[in-house]
Amino acid sequence: MARLNGAQIVLESLQREGIDTMFGYPGGVVLPLYDTLPQYPGIRHILVRHEQAAAHMADGYARASGRVGLCLGTSGPGATNLVTGICTAWMDSTPVLALTGNVTRALLGKDGFQEADITGITQPITKHNYLVMRADNIAMSMREAVHIASTGRPGPVLVDIPKDVFQEEAEFEWPEQINLRGYRPTTEGHAGMIKRAAKLIDEAKRPIIISGHGIIWGDAQKELVDLAEKANIPVITTFLGIGGFPESHDLSYGWLGMHGMYYANHAADGADVVIGIGMRFDDRAMGRFNAFNPNAKIIHIDIDPAEIGKNFSTAVPIVGDAKRVLPKLAAEVKEQRRPEWIRWIDQLREDHPSLHVRETRRMLPQYVMRTLYEETQGNATIATGVGQHQMWAGQHYIYKRPRQLISSGGLGTMGFELPAAIGAQVALPGQEVWAIAGDGGFQMTMQELAVLVDEQLPVKIAIMNNGYLGMIRQWQELFYDKNLVSASITQPDFCKIAEAYGIKGLRAEHKSDVPRVIQEAREHRGPVLIDFMIDQEENVWPMVPAGAALSETLEQPASEAAR
Amino acid sequence: MTTSTENGYRPHHLSHTVVAIVEDKPGVLMRVSSLFRRRGFNIESLTVGPTEEKGLSRITIVVDGESAPVEQVEKQLYKLIDVIKVSDLSSEDMVARELALIKVRANNLNRHEILEIASVFRADIVDMATGSVIIQVVGDEAKIDGLVKMLEPYGIRELSRTGRVAMVRGTKTTTVHEREPEQIARVHASQGRRVDDMELPFSSD
Repeated sequence: MARLNGAQIVLESLQREGIDTMFGYPGGVVLPLYDTLPQYPGIRHILVRHEQAAAHMADGYARASGRVGLCLGTSGPGATNLVTGICTAWMDSTPVLALTGNVTRALLGKDGFQEADITGITQPITKHNYLVMRADNIAMSMREAVHIASTGRPGPVLVDIPKDVFQEEAEFEWPEQINLRGYRPTTEGHAGMIKRAAKLIDEAKRPIIISGHGIIWGDAQKELVDLAEKANIPVITTFLGIGGFPESHDLSYGWLGMHGMYYANHAADGADVVIGIGMRFDDRAMGRFNAFNPNAKIIHIDIDPAEIGKNFSTAVPIVGDAKRVLPKLAAEVKEQRRPEWIRWIDQLREDHPSLHVRETRRMLPQYVMRTLYEETQGNATIATGVGQHQMWAGQHYIYKRPRQLISSGGLGTMGFELPAAIGAQVALPGQEVWAIAGDGGFQMTMQELAVLVDEQLPVKIAIMNNGYLGMIRQWQELFYDKNLVSASITQPDFCKIAEAYGIKGLRAEHKSDVPRVIQEAREHRGPVLIDFMIDQEENVWPMVPAGAALSETLEQPASEAAR
Repeated sequence: MTTSTENGYRPHHLSHTVVAIVEDKPGVLMRVSSLFRRRGFNIESLTVGPTEEKGLSRITIVVDGESAPVEQVEKQLYKLIDVIKVSDLSSEDMVARELALIKVRANNLNRHEILEIASVFRADIVDMATGSVIIQVVGDEAKIDGLVKMLEPYGIRELSRTGRVAMVRGTKTTTVHEREPEQIARVHASQGRRVDDMELPFSSD
């Protein structure tokens, strides 16, 4: 027991939880905390340029490492700026701990300067949140917050602390135990249900596994491979599930959804048993719900019971942790070969090779991504923004390990790439991290280039520059009669921007430049920004139009392919 | 949220009665109601009060079954950290009651009639003035609807209904039986987590 003030208790608690990095921005009411930071040299504070980026960095840090990412903002605008980042973490179920200051207790509810009801604002986009009204509640709240964020289905948790609670003194006692009566995630899976699932899989002629983000967060890649190999079940992933199953594996058939592979979408549509693991049957993945494969019986394995039966009715529900459930399921299923079914998908892939990169003289973004894959030997960690470049990065880089692709799938947050890559690089010192950006989204968070310089982080940035908000242009071309409105976007000279920050800037104007600039960037020890002047008109294919079924996947029209 | 329509209430054949045992903490009612709004579940009535155990509240929610598959309501409620136990009483043999206070126009000519109607419904007169009476009635929704209908011709000045509280018949309960281990309770107490005298400057519920 020791007598500490609230700020010290916060930092003590972080240390006990093994959290040693925070992405933050100071402000009036968190000054007591900043005042205390020098007493805790074990905690690294990274000063961001906008709180939204702090939340994305914490998110990128979490996604790259599997550990809790911490962001910090002051009251009012500091806290509200975090909201987009918190919601991004919420939609993709990542363990972000957001710490905010608030006005002094006496001013709460009085519309004080820089007051925002951040617990109210974030209530629907956090797993839980706390307004800590006494210094002696801080330790327990922090302990619970980290526990809730990182266990079960992970998710963001916010802890809001009024300024005078940071200053109040209390006896510090670290609670060794937690008792949250309303929070006990089910992890083991129901034995009877696992038996039923195994029977269904044994009887299935055309089973398919759709594996999601839960495989990655459940650290269950090996268990998934074991199950798939034993029963010879083809595996497709969701977009966020990329890397959860090695894409080089014989049973890997890419990922499904709006811009998923033609054969993956049709395999999902042609299956007689769909085994969804750690995924939530989201609309972008499944197409129009009532048009999805009506013949499939669904086995749904997820740690969140509320996901089961939410969008689709399920033949066999299994609530549990993939890492615990999959070995039990693998033990129950029979070994099988399924040559016909696998041959059918292989044939489909041969006839419709969605990932073919066309030979052209123009610089196609697919070519850039494929070259990046080759130059990095498929080892880099890739963080993306949202839009066309995100889909190309998902399609044309080949991912072999979990946590290799870091992308905002659920909320679809543009500008995620740079801060997420920074968070990942902080988590993975010495490893190669690339931020893949579009020229539109990059302008949303490019101020964070300063952090690369401050912290000497060797993140490489590849901007797919086509002078358009490319996905907007694509939709306006396809679904709005080519009525392009606000699709074209101007941009600064990105190389000069980089240089203004003291970062090396490179430009690739021709296809022949691509391998060389990538090599040059990799050889440079510090951060590098590359402006790839890609073909302006290229669209993302295949595509399932919004509201269409997976069986209605469109491939690149011949007119476009012939360009 | 939708609540009353004509006559105060809608028919209940499509509604579910869900009981949630929750931590008695600031903001918990907001979390529950926000969840219903967010998921598009329509609340017909919601009542909240203390339970047999200190530190816990019981929320009884009548939810429109058409807007909300009751299984999803239960599962979404369970996701809230402060929700400890959820029971769906719809399929149970239950006692469901609400209380209503009805202020009716009354004069020397019709007061007697009104009192007679009240007595048929086993309702109590809790206030009487020259121009009005307040009738207190306890019962299921149908009984209260019936009384309201009988009183309408006299002129209802004000109607206040509590919404449904419910309990399963027999020994089965919606109670949380599990007690907090003593050691943990001590930590909670020493950390001041459940302090009665703590006054918050505001509370979001």
